[in-house]
Amino acid sequence: MPPGVPGGAASAAGLSRRWAVGFLTPAMLLIGVFLAFPAIWTIYLGLTDFRLLGPQALHTKFVGLGNYQQALTGGDFLHSLYITVVYVLLSAVIGQCVFGFTLAWVFRQWKGPLRRVMESLIIVAWIVPGSVVAFLWLAYLQGNIGPLTETGTLNTILGGIGLNWWLQLPMLSIVIFNIWRGTAFSMLLFGAAIQAIPPSYIETARVAGASGWQLIRDVVIPRSRGHILTNLLLISLWTFNDFTPFLLTGGGPGNQTQFLPVYVYQQAFQQGALGYGAALSTLVLLINLLIALAYMRILKERR
Amino acid sequence: MAEGTLPAAPPAADTRWLVRAVIARVQLYVFIALVAAFFALPMAWLVLSPFDAHPTLVAGLAHPTLANFADMFRNPAVRGSLLNSVLLALGTMVVVVATAALAAYALSRVHVPGHNVILYVLLLFSSVVTGSAAMVPIFLLAYDLHIINTITGVVLVLAGGLLPAAIFILKDFMDSTPASYEESARVFGAGPFQILRDIVVPLVRPGLAVIAVWSMVTVWGNFLTPFILLRDPSLTPASVQIYSFYSAGGTANLRLISTFGLLYTLPVVVMYLVVQNRYGFRFYGGIKH
Repeated sequence: MPPGVPGGAASAAGLSRRWAVGFLTPAMLLIGVFLAFPAIWTIYLGLTDFRLLGPQALHTKFVGLGNYQQALTGGDFLHSLYITVVYVLLSAVIGQCVFGFTLAWVFRQWKGPLRRVMESLIIVAWIVPGSVVAFLWLAYLQGNIGPLTETGTLNTILGGIGLNWWLQLPMLSIVIFNIWRGTAFSMLLFGAAIQAIPPSYIETARVAGASGWQLIRDVVIPRSRGHILTNLLLISLWTFNDFTPFLLTGGGPGNQTQFLPVYVYQQAFQQGALGYGAALSTLVLLINLLIALAYMRILKERR
Repeated sequence: MAEGTLPAAPPAADTRWLVRAVIARVQLYVFIALVAAFFALPMAWLVLSPFDAHPTLVAGLAHPTLANFADMFRNPAVRGSLLNSVLLALGTMVVVVATAALAAYALSRVHVPGHNVILYVLLLFSSVVTGSAAMVPIFLLAYDLHIINTITGVVLVLAGGLLPAAIFILKDFMDSTPASYEESARVFGAGPFQILRDIVVPLVRPGLAVIAVWSMVTVWGNFLTPFILLRDPSLTPASVQIYSFYSAGGTANLRLISTFGLLYTLPVVVMYLVVQNRYGFRFYGGIKH
């Protein structure tokens, strides 16, 4: 190793420790300041009654666990948490996962332009920016009341039903929306999982007389367990943290679609209760962490 | 187990087997048609309405025209917000690619004890600390650092969130390139920056391209961060601008929303197609936020 490299011993590629630290610094600084620090700081902020305006803005008080007490006994937070969990279960864990698997299974042996077209259609629903799809779905499900006093495409096709989806069935509408929006990811992931199963396994099961359902239950699902759990982790986290419902319903009507991200936004930025909002942020972060750790643990055990 | 489903069915059952096969085919096509309708119908409005002189909320093309596009470009809010989106996407992309490449190179070439654990923890952090979960502390941090209401602030916040995944992916690319070129370059007296620029970067170009496209697409569509951090209307990116076009009271201008929506969507779709065709794999899988 040639002498004179600043910072002492160099690696095989000739990068000294000091240079390596220098190369790492900008990224670590950004991650530290804008990702790690806010997550820790919010724990402290959540213990105060901080507001951007009004007397508390000047004289922020330490209120201990008061914000958490308010959240856990006030009803609004628990309602929001409950409907968010229902939303995640129905639209992601059941909807996207089952639908995505079905599509991957149906498409598995297809080669040809029709499959390409179908896949592209499903993927486009996933990659179009959120503020555009939000309007598309507002228009699509529009009934003849509301701010846009026209009927949307779906009601026109369905004819005389005249259902006002967003006002009468907000939860169902938003669940269907999220299945439409996110199924592509599950389909792609399960498609890869099914491709990775050796064809001989499927052949053997077929020759042994397994029906389609038995084949899925006994061969495909056990062999794609890792993919399924990874998928569940990611789509649960994404759905739990999705802000698009705010663009669709603003949490309404009433508080029927006031999912946690919407509730946090409204409390912190519309009501100005930043201390309370910070406490809510801490709770959301904890729930995210629990989801991530739970799935990681399952993933580890299964291996 | 049903043994009658074997392909070698007895001749007497031939017609029944055929009928069953036909029914299965028909069921399959009905299913496909329903799936196609489910995914295509909401999208139809975005494809047709921009070309209709009097669009309604129902997808259709009763009065074909291209005038909507000319009108849209005359709207200063549209032009300004698209420019802001470009600045945000390019700015974040440059910061993410540059800092992630440096960090991934260092992690790949110098043995840091426990670097895999560090990477996984960072990755866990970036999936747990989402915009929704951390909007309050991020807002207050930007406020205290006086980068609120600036493009720079949004760029730094978004870059912080994208970096762990970017480093993780780039390190994979770096690990698969041999270090021997770098050794010989060093023998000839090249410095670390020179080696990185002239040897490593050309070798991992596909990885850099993936990170560049991925970060631009993610930032281009991001709504929440600029929505919270930017209050000045002249800084609004397209994602927030289009929302304000339909969330403001009064009759929504459907010609403007549809045309702007299509123009704002196209770059994302095009970039996705380019990457898919060029690199032949679905880079989106697993790393989309």
